[in-house]
Amino acid sequence: MLTRRRLLLTGAALGCSAAASPWLTPIVLADAPWQSRLVVIVLRGAMDGLDAVQPVGDPAFAGLRPTLAAGDAALPLDGFYAMHPALAPLMPLWRKGELGFVHAVSTPYRDKRSHFDGQDILEAGVAGLGTGVRDGWLNRLLQTTPGMAAETAYAVGVDEMLILTGKAPYLHWAPQTRLDLSAQAQRLLGVLYQNDPPFRAAADEAVRIAQDIAMSDGDTDAAMPGPDGADGTGMSAMAPPPARAPAVADHVQLAQFAAARLRGTTRIASFSLSGWDSHVGQSGVMKRMLGKLAETILALKAGLGDDWARTGVICLTEFGRTAYENGTRGTDHGTGGVMVYAGGALKGGQVAGSWPGLAEAQLYESRDLMSTRDVRAHAGWIMRGLFGVETGVIDRVIFPGVDLGTDPRLVL
Amino acid sequence: MSATSTLAATRFGTGLSPTVPPPSDAAAILSRLAGPDTSAAKWPIPTYSAAHPNLVEMNTLLRAVHAARGQGHAAEAAARLPLRDAYVKARALRAATLQATLVRGAAGDDGFRERLTWFWADHFTTRAKNGKLQHLVTPYVEETIRPNMAGSFASLLRAVVTAPMMLMYLDQVSSIGPDSPVGRRSDKGLNENLARELMELHTLGVDAGYTQDDVREMAQLLTGLSYTAERGFFYAPARAEPGAETVMGVTYGAASNLATVYKAIDDLAVHPATAHHISTKLARHFVADDPDPALVAAMVAAFIASDGDLPSVYAAMLDHPASWVMPAQKVKRPLHFVVSALRALEVAPERLLALDYRLTQRLVVVPMGIMGQAWEQPTGPNGWPDEAAAWLTAQGIAARINWSMQVPAQLRDVLPDPRDFATVALGPDIPDTVRFAAAAAETRADGVALVLLSPAFQRS
Repeated sequence: MLTRRRLLLTGAALGCSAAASPWLTPIVLADAPWQSRLVVIVLRGAMDGLDAVQPVGDPAFAGLRPTLAAGDAALPLDGFYAMHPALAPLMPLWRKGELGFVHAVSTPYRDKRSHFDGQDILEAGVAGLGTGVRDGWLNRLLQTTPGMAAETAYAVGVDEMLILTGKAPYLHWAPQTRLDLSAQAQRLLGVLYQNDPPFRAAADEAVRIAQDIAMSDGDTDAAMPGPDGADGTGMSAMAPPPARAPAVADHVQLAQFAAARLRGTTRIASFSLSGWDSHVGQSGVMKRMLGKLAETILALKAGLGDDWARTGVICLTEFGRTAYENGTRGTDHGTGGVMVYAGGALKGGQVAGSWPGLAEAQLYESRDLMSTRDVRAHAGWIMRGLFGVETGVIDRVIFPGVDLGTDPRLVL
Repeated sequence: MSATSTLAATRFGTGLSPTVPPPSDAAAILSRLAGPDTSAAKWPIPTYSAAHPNLVEMNTLLRAVHAARGQGHAAEAAARLPLRDAYVKARALRAATLQATLVRGAAGDDGFRERLTWFWADHFTTRAKNGKLQHLVTPYVEETIRPNMAGSFASLLRAVVTAPMMLMYLDQVSSIGPDSPVGRRSDKGLNENLARELMELHTLGVDAGYTQDDVREMAQLLTGLSYTAERGFFYAPARAEPGAETVMGVTYGAASNLATVYKAIDDLAVHPATAHHISTKLARHFVADDPDPALVAAMVAAFIASDGDLPSVYAAMLDHPASWVMPAQKVKRPLHFVVSALRALEVAPERLLALDYRLTQRLVVVPMGIMGQAWEQPTGPNGWPDEAAAWLTAQGIAARINWSMQVPAQLRDVLPDPRDFATVALGPDIPDTVRFAAAAAETRADGVALVLLSPAFQRS
């Protein structure tokens, strides 16, 4: 393949060192100062936490959801909560303590229930709109730690990830992208972009990532899990005929690419899993999306190998959904919801959080699950546990004004 | 060619062409917009109402498949054949509407109209919610957006809020007044989706001071807006929530009819917050991420003074000196980039229109997706990002590099000399770096690509 060959030649001509490229901004390929890994998955569209992790022990639950709660049997977790059946492939992780949930949490966003504002607030890590904060909280985490290289953090996939944007350098790449560029064309691009720093920065990154991927493709292929995942759960139906290149689903590609980077010098990866907005026919939406979420987490675990033990995965959504089912067998935008977490570094096997109840007087505005704690506190304590970030940095810089409260001890 | 006419083509149009002269100034742009839509006549796109296969046909074929279930394998297979043919036709129509979109921008003489079509299609984003609708997004734009964007904002808004694609996309078709006759005898109820986006995205903007109660009242007010494939849009009083509704302090009459809905929509359309939201969005799209406040103020004033007459707002933008300053700050979105490249390359319309589905995917749809703008598939009703930084990602640039290096040679028999091409694509004012790169490239293909990849071409 011409593409690969040209890139490899380019790599050879440059002594296989991306940093030696004549027009690349020098970036030190240093190890990150951390050993732990953090993956943040943004569940766009507002996941219904009451459907993902069902409070079957609450007396009001079944009545609020006449058709949704009457679907396929949920999987009992602890006597009070039960997991949506589409998450069944993750049951082995739950039993090993590598999967957990925090219920009845949300960002501080209230009342307007707009996806876009909700996601902006979630990713900016702020208390509300109009704070003037324009960067993402994962970026501020990077800003507060010296010695970070760009590849310490990766936004994966074609989606824009506000959560990682900001002053600290990070990389953004979609797994399917390759780059076809001769050495001379690459040099001339450098000339074109010398006076336009934003173009230069983006192209710098593109060339370096492409060289990196081209040079490590062989290794990565070997390190990648097969389409069945390491423990063969859940995904065998997707396995293609063996003679052809595997048609790996997009969300699995994202997870595999992120895992491969995290095996190297990357410590933080973030990507989106979109499509949770279940106004109509929610049972189909949840079956599909939770199935994808399970495959994503299993692909991360398989791809991370030994490093899974040092990894925390947290899945955040912009807000929960109405406690009651709407007129179209779905739910509308709400408030409190669920944070899903996984990884060998985290203490799973529990549904953490303080349960507010679902009686009408216990609901927020008589319609939504009450949020009993700021989900930023949990994310903050996980950063504290994984990376040793000072609590004062978390509640002043990363999540300005958050009430961290007591440590929920989600990190082992 | 003057600096003004170059900017008229690049900032407010679809770029420079070796054969079609650019508009000379703001007045020329506006007079073309006021004239007939010649590009639509030359390169037609079916309207939603005229598209085939239409939703009725798709539904009929689907029902036949359902009916054949249980009647044996042969019967079901026989029923599936016409459905499969219809899907193939739908897919081909989707490719054809993209091709016509590209050609209008690449070969037409009314670039501002094309840019406005893209802008408003994005402002009023809809998506196909399922495969049956896959080919109907651009026909929605052709019927609802394009003929209505050179009149009042209120009439554009009326057209959008009654458009089948919008009613389906934002779930209005399944919203029923709980106390309406239909609501009382079923377990169905209200859906706030369209009401919320109508206020937040389409008109007032999220900071306009409305509340959750306003959204709910608006959702009640919109009940009755209905659609079926067979009847098209209609108002169904039996689904409308009875009683008056109060939205942002204005109470709308208890009569459940389309006139009441239009009254509320018309009020939203001329609200000062809407004037500000729309003017700012236009200025951000065409001129700068952070536009001169004086420019926005002039546009807001024109909007308010004219009760939302869009050509007056466009004129306020085009007549303002802040709209014509250099250096260019915006980065072309992928569709704009691809179309302006095809225009500069003078790719023949018949060549684009003859591409089959696979080639359309390979040469345009897939690359645009990796550039970050998957055709007709924005992630939400807020459409595509507009700020330059959103498009200057490593993967976005990589995709533009690959496209520029590989695709032009597949759409022209002989590529132009890169030095001449720089003049065609950039006008008389060519940066030294582009001159140097165009001359120093190893091949014509590389040289042409480098011109397309230059900031001078990518920014507008």
